[in-house]
Amino acid sequence: MSVATDVKTLVIDGINVSARADQTILEVARENNIDIPTLCHLDGLSDVGACRLCLVEVKGSAKLNPSCVLKVEEGMEVTTSSDRLKHYRQTILELLFAERNHVCSVCVANGHCELQSLGQSQGLTHVRMPYRNPQLEVDASHERFVVDHNRCILCTRCVRVCGEVEGAHVWDVMGRGIDSMVITDLCDPWGESSCTRCGKCVQVCPTGALSDKSKVGSSHPKYPEFLTNLQVMREASREGL
Amino acid sequence: MSKIKVATVWLDGCSGCHMSFLDMDERLIELSSQFDLVFSPLVDFKTYPDEVDLALVEGAISSVEDEHKIKMIRKRTKFLVAMGDCAVTANVPAMRNPFGPEPILERAYHENVSLGAQIPCVFVPALLEKVRPVHEFVEVDLFLPGCPPSADTFYTVLTDLLAGRTPDVASLTRFGA
Repeated sequence: MSVATDVKTLVIDGINVSARADQTILEVARENNIDIPTLCHLDGLSDVGACRLCLVEVKGSAKLNPSCVLKVEEGMEVTTSSDRLKHYRQTILELLFAERNHVCSVCVANGHCELQSLGQSQGLTHVRMPYRNPQLEVDASHERFVVDHNRCILCTRCVRVCGEVEGAHVWDVMGRGIDSMVITDLCDPWGESSCTRCGKCVQVCPTGALSDKSKVGSSHPKYPEFLTNLQVMREASREGL
Repeated sequence: MSKIKVATVWLDGCSGCHMSFLDMDERLIELSSQFDLVFSPLVDFKTYPDEVDLALVEGAISSVEDEHKIKMIRKRTKFLVAMGDCAVTANVPAMRNPFGPEPILERAYHENVSLGAQIPCVFVPALLEKVRPVHEFVEVDLFLPGCPPSADTFYTVLTDLLAGRTPDVASLTRFGA
């Protein structure tokens, strides 16, 4: 039995590409070795378009579109890098650095942080906005893990991995706008929550917001690629049944 | 032609940037033939000269003295470099910002002192309410992040600046580097 596949053809950065109709611009770009910076996107999780770093220009549209949630269309012409996009991406990163207390030099994730490395790859050398320096909590009530809200960028990877992959939905977001916070259960201390202690949230956190207590003070690499491996294994076991 | 006049300045930082600067080791000898060091915590000049070509400023602006100094330095300097994360982002000194200066002074000079506790108020400059990066007070010509920027970064940046080129800083260093 053959399944008819709906194929679209489009142009990304002047390159003719083809894609399945259900693919996003981000997926297709990466398949064709076109790099679009991302922060909230992670292979293996649903996309929410929260960080806006993956914005691209689409011919015929005045507004910018987040490529992680933009579906391909026949004849689309997409631009993934321009002075305008560079300006927006740098400004987004500056706003993230200014919003909370990201002190890279004394962070557990120094050297393994996606925000820090994106700052460098996007050519950021300083932040033009005044730093807000809010007073935020560090919750170390969990036996194994710590959440430092000073480092959180509200990408919601932890919320999605906990709900979609672990199936526990311990993490969620509380509040609105600048007051938004990731919380465990109904804003209970992490150590007293219904956490299953799987540690997936720590591995997918792009910054030092979630860390493993046993790694504090030492090199703290994370391995978010476990997620795609896990999915391959789960799919294989489902097919085996 | 007279040599380029270079100054280095130490405001609210740990001197780690100056240490990293010295870590250029023998390369300093090669570089120093191209400039005169006219003011620095590493040498003995007491006053900042009226005309300086290039100043490397370490540290954030934390006190009324820092603010006074950086404004004076800017007036007398052609090209000002914010050197290291404290100058660029306010970094560790700014970790007091969420609390303000009073609880910090209280902690350092009352809570942890058993005898004759008093907050110093004579001959020491008053702390500003918030610690801020250099560019929030004066114009900065080049930002050099890093805690500290490596000796290799210093060497490349200084070599470029002394040759009249603009270094590609983001390819060399980053926040917290």
